[in-house]
Amino acid sequence: MNMYLELFAVFAKIGVMTFGGGYAMLPILQREIVDQRGWATEEELMDYFAIGQCTPGIIAVNTATFIGQKRKGALGGIFATLGVIFPSLIIISLLAGVIEAFSHLTVVQHAFGGIRVCVCVLIFNAVLKLYKKAVVDKPTFAIFLIVLLGSYFSGLSPVFFVVCAAAAGIILKNLEGKRA
Amino acid sequence: MIYLKLFYEFFKTGLFAVGGGMATIPFLYRLSDNTGWFTHQDLANMIAVGESTPGPIGVNMATYVGFVTGTQVNGLPGALLGALSATLGLAAPAVIIILIVAALLKSFRENKYVNAAFYGLRPASTGLIGAAGLSVVMSNLFPGDVIALAAVNWKGVVLAAVLWLLTNKVKKTKSLHPIVFIGLSALVGVVFSMG
Repeated sequence: MNMYLELFAVFAKIGVMTFGGGYAMLPILQREIVDQRGWATEEELMDYFAIGQCTPGIIAVNTATFIGQKRKGALGGIFATLGVIFPSLIIISLLAGVIEAFSHLTVVQHAFGGIRVCVCVLIFNAVLKLYKKAVVDKPTFAIFLIVLLGSYFSGLSPVFFVVCAAAAGIILKNLEGKRA
Repeated sequence: MIYLKLFYEFFKTGLFAVGGGMATIPFLYRLSDNTGWFTHQDLANMIAVGESTPGPIGVNMATYVGFVTGTQVNGLPGALLGALSATLGLAAPAVIIILIVAALLKSFRENKYVNAAFYGLRPASTGLIGAAGLSVVMSNLFPGDVIALAAVNWKGVVLAAVLWLLTNKVKKTKSLHPIVFIGLSALVGVVFSMG
């Protein structure tokens, strides 16, 4: 099979099997990419993941681009990425159409009333998990608090906070380096 | 041109959302406020669907938002084009950045400025998601402008407390997939006429 098509097909398969994204993808990538095809080593996969976490964008897309790029250059990266987003496009479009068609039913509205409460808890849990990794000292706690309150009470764009926080990180680390 | 706008807005989200799927939520909240394409309630529904279907959650959310927005403009063809524009917009910055980073792999991970920037970015991203979460909590559990006892969604508060216990404290249920809790909540919602 054409290598570009194979990249597309393998990553479409990975997209279907990934539930929730991020780390849920890792065991599937290990089996499909490392064990079955030898497209990357275990270490390379871990590197891609680590970089995916500290670069902007969706981790699944980052990893797909990395592996596709390694196999077949930039175009390979693009084909792998299109593969990984393809199942979402199909499944969500079908589902969104169905939900739109039935959303006026009382029973569906009640169901989503309950589901939205669950979403509150899921976001809270996600924040708690991120908090443990991100807030490691007083300066990071200050950044967390300022962004939390600033974003909630002001109309400022998240982009503004992201850019300022990156600058703050560099300034704080530099000051630390000078004192030491 | 709504499709270009969708592409642009999700390109921005893909470029600035650091740390996985949930990091797209603050951007989608802002988008809802600025454009009125979808309500905060729609957004909470989309999060639930994104969590309980296959595929990376960020991609799922982009597809969903694009679909719903496109439907309003031009029915089903609009919906499909909208879904495609939003999803490609979200993925594009990641592809571009990774293709650049792949060329300078080693030096990127060991660069002290990159590490320092992420020292600040991680708590900021957490704060942004927290603020978006707070908006979801306020609109669903404490509706109304002022916190008034009469307006509190008590059924919701009780369900939230039970779900929190199940996802954090009860050993047997703590590691279950979110889809289990979303399904359970839908059932509770129907039985107790919530929403």
